[in-house]
Amino acid sequence: MKALVIKDLAKTYKGGVEALKGIDLEVEQGDFYALLGPNGAGKSTTIGIISSLVNKTAGTVEVFGHSLDNALVQAKQQIGLVPQEFNFNQFETVLQVVVNQAGYYGVPRKLAIERAQKYLTQLELWDKRNDKSRELSGGMKRRLMIARALMHQPKLLILDEPTAGVDIELRRSMWDFLQQLNSEGVTIILTTHYLEEAEMLCRNIGIINHGVIVQNTSMKALLAKLNLETFVFDLAPNSPSCELEGFVSRRIDERSIEVDVDRDSELNGIFSQFSAHNIKVLSMRNKANRLEELFINLVSKEATQ
Amino acid sequence: MSANFIALKSLLTKEVSRFTRIWLQTLVPPAVTMSLYFVIFGNLIGSRIGQMSGFSYMEFIVPGLIMMSVITNSYSNVASSFFSSKFQHNVEELLVAPVPTWIIIAGYVGGGITRGLLVGLIVTLLSLFFVDLNIFNLGVLVVSVLLTSTLFALGGLINAILAKSFDDISIIPNFVLTPLTYLGGVFYSLTLLPDFWQGVSKANPIVYMINTFRYGFLGVSDIPLIYSFTMIIGFVVILFSIAYWMISRGIGLRS
Repeated sequence: MKALVIKDLAKTYKGGVEALKGIDLEVEQGDFYALLGPNGAGKSTTIGIISSLVNKTAGTVEVFGHSLDNALVQAKQQIGLVPQEFNFNQFETVLQVVVNQAGYYGVPRKLAIERAQKYLTQLELWDKRNDKSRELSGGMKRRLMIARALMHQPKLLILDEPTAGVDIELRRSMWDFLQQLNSEGVTIILTTHYLEEAEMLCRNIGIINHGVIVQNTSMKALLAKLNLETFVFDLAPNSPSCELEGFVSRRIDERSIEVDVDRDSELNGIFSQFSAHNIKVLSMRNKANRLEELFINLVSKEATQ
Repeated sequence: MSANFIALKSLLTKEVSRFTRIWLQTLVPPAVTMSLYFVIFGNLIGSRIGQMSGFSYMEFIVPGLIMMSVITNSYSNVASSFFSSKFQHNVEELLVAPVPTWIIIAGYVGGGITRGLLVGLIVTLLSLFFVDLNIFNLGVLVVSVLLTSTLFALGGLINAILAKSFDDISIIPNFVLTPLTYLGGVFYSLTLLPDFWQGVSKANPIVYMINTFRYGFLGVSDIPLIYSFTMIIGFVVILFSIAYWMISRGIGLRS
């Protein structure tokens, strides 16, 4: 079953700005889907329309078979939204925020408190349940919005940049939590500017730019399009300079060298040449995130067309 | 319990806890203001005015002052609460949820009515320090205060839906509501006015509400009750329809 089916979705704002130019998108049930795009590409407008915060100009949206036009209540029941901006009442306590939201979905108070305990504990906020939400740190506020979105146990969770401004440790714990949710059957749509996040979590990906979907494929298929990767090798002090036969390389400074590697080439060749020149490699890393390179290629190619 | 009832209960609880949490801003000021009215207009000036419509001036103005506090508080509660929700974007919590439009209206308006009635009760209790209040018709009293607070809570909701800044939610109370209330017969009987101004006054909807409420206490009204109730109910239906249409269409709420 499809979790989300979007057909010919268009949005033109009052000022005449065409945010979406008739996009088509399908997300399978159980998927972890990344919706990426530069600022102003139309991601938030798409999410806004799916979650009924933005009125569409044309097109159709179905959530688990329920059309936003004909079965809005049923469609809304399936969706949990974690918006980009903090939009809870800052004067309410953490517990009030989540329990009230559950109430809006018709969850009885007793059950809502049980669920609040479950999700706030999982997101390490249960100890803060009686604190005013405005007193929470930025990372805690983000987690509170995730807990709030889960209170009615949606089948489709939409996260609009959920880890923006969150430190790496917390981000990783949020990734674990989201992966666990996805493994329990929750379909997740994620927008993010951290492309390693999308690469690590998502199975399928859509890239939107200027209101048009420019790529909609599996993460594997997309990454397979990358023909060239650049690796940075950190060398031991006083390493001699050398030319790497069969590779394009650049010496960056005394202790590091950049090498472009073709998809079909083996890294062994580089290491054997380093050994032959008595160069010790201390560490190596990708120069840029693979998805990031592809993303920039796709978006800039589209811009020049 | 149905999902709609739970949603309404959640919204109403949230609204009531909002204004009770800030009781120093919401419940105390009207009590202080009305006490000053009782002292100045009722005791100090009122004793020199003499009788009005066969009652002491204090007895005459108390129902109007109670109604005035109900009107302003019902209105401002919904206007400020709904606009704050819009401003902080937490109205989105309701918009993304499967909450029917009538529940959103009922929740916010219910909060406004509750505050209006609570303030009305406080002012009534305070008035007992100045005058012996007798109730002529409890049914008329209750229905008129409920309908009036509903009407002005709906007005506050429409104001908040259309407002784009905090200034916009103070313009109507300051420049429309207050003058209409003062000219609505709180402090005088319409019969004191020349015929022309009596006619003009009848275009003021607050005249009907104050007169109906006063009838509940004193048994006297400048306007027939049936006419007053028809007007009030008519306004309630019109404002509810406007608010329903606006929220359903997402006016001021969705881009």
